[in-house]
Amino acid sequence: MRLSRTARILFWIAVVVIAVVTLFPFYWTLRTALTFPRGVFAHPTMFLPPEPTLGNFERVLGLVDAATSVSLGGSGQKINFFIFLRNSIVVSTLITVGQTFFSAAAAYAFARMRFPLRRQIFGLYLSALMVPGIVLLIPNFILVKTLGWLDTYQGIAAPAFLMSPFAVFFLRQFFLGLSRELEEAALVEGAGRVRIFFQIAIPLSATALATLAVITFIYSWNDYLWPLLVGRGESVRMLTVAIGIFRQQGAQNIPDWAGLMAGTTLAILPTLVLFLALGKRVINSIGFTGFR
Amino acid sequence: MKLGEHAISDSAINASQSVRKGAQIRFKETAIALIFILPSLAGFVAFFVVPAVRGLYISFTDWNLLTPSKPVGLANYAALLTDPDFWNALKVTVFYVLWNIPLQTVLAVAVALVMNAAAKSSLLKGVILLPWLMPNVVVALLWMWILDPTIGLINVAVKALGGPLLPFLSSPGMALPTIAGINIWRYLGYTALLVFAGLQTIPTDVYEAARIDGSGERQTFWRITLPLLRPVLAFVVVTSVLGSFQIFDTVAVTTKGGPINATKVFNYMIYQQAFERFQMGYATAVSMVLFLILVGVGLLQMKLLRAGEVET
Repeated sequence: MRLSRTARILFWIAVVVIAVVTLFPFYWTLRTALTFPRGVFAHPTMFLPPEPTLGNFERVLGLVDAATSVSLGGSGQKINFFIFLRNSIVVSTLITVGQTFFSAAAAYAFARMRFPLRRQIFGLYLSALMVPGIVLLIPNFILVKTLGWLDTYQGIAAPAFLMSPFAVFFLRQFFLGLSRELEEAALVEGAGRVRIFFQIAIPLSATALATLAVITFIYSWNDYLWPLLVGRGESVRMLTVAIGIFRQQGAQNIPDWAGLMAGTTLAILPTLVLFLALGKRVINSIGFTGFR
Repeated sequence: MKLGEHAISDSAINASQSVRKGAQIRFKETAIALIFILPSLAGFVAFFVVPAVRGLYISFTDWNLLTPSKPVGLANYAALLTDPDFWNALKVTVFYVLWNIPLQTVLAVAVALVMNAAAKSSLLKGVILLPWLMPNVVVALLWMWILDPTIGLINVAVKALGGPLLPFLSSPGMALPTIAGINIWRYLGYTALLVFAGLQTIPTDVYEAARIDGSGERQTFWRITLPLLRPVLAFVVVTSVLGSFQIFDTVAVTTKGGPINATKVFNYMIYQQAFERFQMGYATAVSMVLFLILVGVGLLQMKLLRAGEVET
């Protein structure tokens, strides 16, 4: 689109405002994470980190002993974000792999095979998209508790491991859009449905599967309420839950902002890396998931 | 299967056999399809269907995790009608949605127009989507820090300029709009991208024709862009309102429903009833009512947004 001179100036002002408003809070997080705790209070508006240090990361990752932690400006309390980082990675990976694979299998059946009640089952899946999470939350909590799965990885991952209605819906749409020719040729040559699924359908939809996997991973990584309910124990506690708990532990109710921002930076990092690597696909999928 | 293959050579019963063979193929396909959907179906039944039914059942009992539950009929539903907490949650949630959605939607359209004007907007899109990719917990904390009353950047700066103390999350009056603002920041990019995708579906020759007819930029926006964007906007508004009604994380991390219940939205109220007071029966009843409200709001919105729709 061609723009007039004034319009072009306005456009650039808008771009700069959008970028600054979006990015500045991230910068401020990093700046605080790199500040010696004393400096956080002494220089609250300094643009560059006052008294720059990596000590906050060492503290929250539990790399230093209690005495060193105090000398770095912490409370001396043992914090080990390494465990929480590991837990987040384990749970999110479990959910991503399980949900993507099983949803793809179901979506392929809905898109390509004929079987009784196909429409009805798919319709039921779709209707679940409209049920608010809180309605299922309490009964699911009770189920996981009854199974004795509180504070276990499988307890946190279970509800999302075998499917999500959205994933089935998303992939079914994608399979429907694939050309049938290749699959039909393979059928004529005597290949079974299972082989066609693994050797034709999955390779052809690698992009869609990757996109869905990234979105699923980020969603699981960001989830808070469910892991808060069923995975509070330290050995399975996820980063989001850990940060929430850490926030309430400051001395005299003053949060340890420098430590908190270091923990926050750790929680942001993997998403940032994933997004830098696969960002374009995620962006393009948003138009797609929105309207088809 | 073997049986069918042998039978083909026998011409006398060929016809009936081929019907049977067709049935067998169909049976085989059903069996394979079953294997394909079985894991997802198991997950769906275990974590969606059964919990939904069970939740409905629990809402008719007085279950509190400690004593055995007994059915109480509609008592929970009757109780919530006279519970000031319930009406407070309804009021707070509706106000939250009103603080959140109109501003967010208008800003999203503005940002989408900026994106549309940029020749190559990948970088801009990536940047503005970032907040949406971050955990709610992280976003909440990040803003809590910037908005901190004593040493937060904004208050220190405002104080230096001689302005008043802005209590943000610690004042009953400001807490709810502040939470709405935080979530506008988080969802703006995502919403703008949806609107942008809608803008892309408007063919450029429509704009060309308008320009040739002497339509100014402003006129084109109100007369052409906005009406053509209507279905997309309807989708965006309905989904964001339904999402906004279910806010939890930001409240749980920042205010815990306070100060003085000023931010105790539905989901937080349900959470407290269930997991702090263990009133499972009552909590599920409230969640069912929330469900009904959401269905009602969704249907009403679709009707309002479709009413008077121009055929294009």
